[in-house]
Amino acid sequence: MADKKKLRNDIILISAVLLISLVAFGVYTFTKNIGKYVTVSVNGKRIASYSLSKDRTENISSENGECTNTLVIKDGKAKITKASCPDKICVGHPAVSRTGETIVCLPNKVVITVTE
Amino acid sequence: MRGKRIMKSRTQNLTFLGIMTAVCMVLSFVEAMLPAVSAVAPGIKMGLPNIFIIALLYSRGIKQAAAVSFVRIVLSALLFGNLMTFVYSLSGAALSLTVMLLLKKSRLFSTVGVSVSGGISHNLGQILAAVILLGTKEIAYYMIVLCVTGTLAGIFVGVAATFVLKYIK
Repeated sequence: MADKKKLRNDIILISAVLLISLVAFGVYTFTKNIGKYVTVSVNGKRIASYSLSKDRTENISSENGECTNTLVIKDGKAKITKASCPDKICVGHPAVSRTGETIVCLPNKVVITVTE
Repeated sequence: MRGKRIMKSRTQNLTFLGIMTAVCMVLSFVEAMLPAVSAVAPGIKMGLPNIFIIALLYSRGIKQAAAVSFVRIVLSALLFGNLMTFVYSLSGAALSLTVMLLLKKSRLFSTVGVSVSGGISHNLGQILAAVILLGTKEIAYYMIVLCVTGTLAGIFVGVAATFVLKYIK
């Protein structure tokens, strides 16, 4: 029956997606090391790089100065503690410390990335 | 009431589409407030409006489904969002509708498979837009989480769409 085949294909699709996700997650977890710097970019432009080994607090503003995010580096990890965006997803994101990890504030177009 | 074929005048159809648009807008607003889902991963959404977009795709065709999708994204962005959310939503919906249309035409999957693919491609569209606009490729790692949660939500949405279809033929 056409329906049984479709259902079977559905299950194949879903299993494939979950399997690929699992593999990707495994690869991601085991190839990331502790990073040394955190790079801040606003609207796609890199504006600063800070060492993760020094505790500091920085204010990131957008190009027109209207939107702000507060970056805090403490104990070798970076986190956003305050933001002017409406959803505050960036603030809720756990601190990042390994290379490739990022915290993104989509409305303010801010991306902080951990690098070597 | 089940599966009755009703000849609709253009006005009736238009009114129906208006209701569908409103329902989608309410759903997208409500699902943004669900606390349990936010705990799993920040910014995650279940994609409840897609229940009706998919139902529209199967019962009325791509043009009407795309129209409702586009209008509700524009209105939602005007009411609740900003330019960025509008761009992301639009990219997600565009890719999602394309993928769902192709899969539906291939007749290989049921509404569940189509919905799962729609959800994943919606996320993919949003991530691609973010990568292009923000110039960072690291955000793509988020896709891993999105695929898992998107698949689960997609299954739910697909099943729900099957039920909705029984009532809006």
